[in-house]
Amino acid sequence: MSTLAARAERAAAVAARHADAVDREGRFPEEAVAALKAERLLGLQIPSQFGGEGAGLTQIAELCSTLGHACSAAAMVFAMHHIKVSSLVTHALDSAWHCRLMERIAREQLLVASSTTEAGIGGDLRNSLCAVETTGEVFALGKDASVISYGAQADLILATARRNPDAATSDQVLVALLADQISLGRTGGWDTLGMRGTCSEGFRLEARDVPVEQILPKPFAEIAAQSMLASSHLLWSSVWYGIASYAVDRARAFVQAEARRRPGQVPPTALRLAEVSNAHQAMRGTIVTALRRFEDAHGDADTIGSLGFCVMLNNLKVTVSDMAVDIVRRALSIVGLAGYKNDTPFSLGRPLRDVLSAPLMIGNDRILANTAKLLLVQKSSGQLMSA
Amino acid sequence: MNITQAIRDILGSNEAFAGKADQLSEDDSLFDMGLDSFGSVQLMLALEERFSVEFPDALLNRKSFATIRAIRDAVSTLVRQEAA
Repeated sequence: MSTLAARAERAAAVAARHADAVDREGRFPEEAVAALKAERLLGLQIPSQFGGEGAGLTQIAELCSTLGHACSAAAMVFAMHHIKVSSLVTHALDSAWHCRLMERIAREQLLVASSTTEAGIGGDLRNSLCAVETTGEVFALGKDASVISYGAQADLILATARRNPDAATSDQVLVALLADQISLGRTGGWDTLGMRGTCSEGFRLEARDVPVEQILPKPFAEIAAQSMLASSHLLWSSVWYGIASYAVDRARAFVQAEARRRPGQVPPTALRLAEVSNAHQAMRGTIVTALRRFEDAHGDADTIGSLGFCVMLNNLKVTVSDMAVDIVRRALSIVGLAGYKNDTPFSLGRPLRDVLSAPLMIGNDRILANTAKLLLVQKSSGQLMSA
Repeated sequence: MNITQAIRDILGSNEAFAGKADQLSEDDSLFDMGLDSFGSVQLMLALEERFSVEFPDALLNRKSFATIRAIRDAVSTLVRQEAA
């Protein structure tokens, strides 16, 4: 079997096998990532002329969901990697250095991480304090990166920084830094309730003598508006859908086992399962609609960067992250103590702890506050079947 | 009514352009110079108030607010439509 779905299933099986250990030990899902590389799933989005498969975001989203069902941390690492790759694919085709980088990502299955968060700026990715300091043909960069997910394991980090030491905090560029070009001093740990395997630790990042051609020519403002916002919300949502689906599957199996024990009766928990199934379908519909709107835009920067599209993506994130938590919690109430315990076929502790990160990673209040500003000028809610 | 000057006045009240709105060329990218999504919303609201127009959703994208020239084109069209 070598269809994309089969490759994803094989990687997911490895991820599932190690998910509990990754969670318990709070360690990087190395077996899952090795399997993703072995199945050559890290270069999927890279255009075929650079040795990739030219996959679209919808296909990546399907894989995020498959992996989310198996191991939340592995799925989130896969999603974050492909969010970064989508920035390269969308914005770096006119840069010879980055085209060669895309070839390397596909050929060597390089794992790409992101460094946007910075001490003093917090999670506002559209502002940086650190700045690129250019001398001739090379630059230096020092960044107090309060979070770089799997920074210590990544082969490549895409980092935001001010264009130069005199630039405004929002005048940012994105620079590609290979692991052997930087030093990372750990400044913060990642001992968390859930998503323990993303290893989103804090680092002092230092880079010296990096060729200036590694700076993406497109301003980061455009990259953020035209690819990152969409790919982040669509792929995160797909991971959360995978986690929620796993919980619903556990609840369904539990109700069916009860039904088999008492033939002729519908177990009382079946009604609760019907409710969860209802919410799960609504969640799926919300994500699929957003993915279709993204695909229908065919990469058109004006559509994807429009205010209405931004409102839609913000709403997607807030709705889906809250629904995911609600669905897993309700699945737990169906399964009861068998789900609360960590050593049963119905255990839901790990997915519940993992999914609680969803409304927090970019806090929903921050996103709602952004939507609130945009709604000050939006004029219409659009038609049922079109924007 | 000088639309370009009004746009510069309004831009000048944005933090990113304070004190330098008059030096901007008509084709400087406002986003490159630090205009963010909230800044563009504030700009739209101020323009709507100043010229008694409403930006339709079709114009609520980055292109319409990318440069002083783009904003002036959008505002002039809306003002003409309003007058017709």
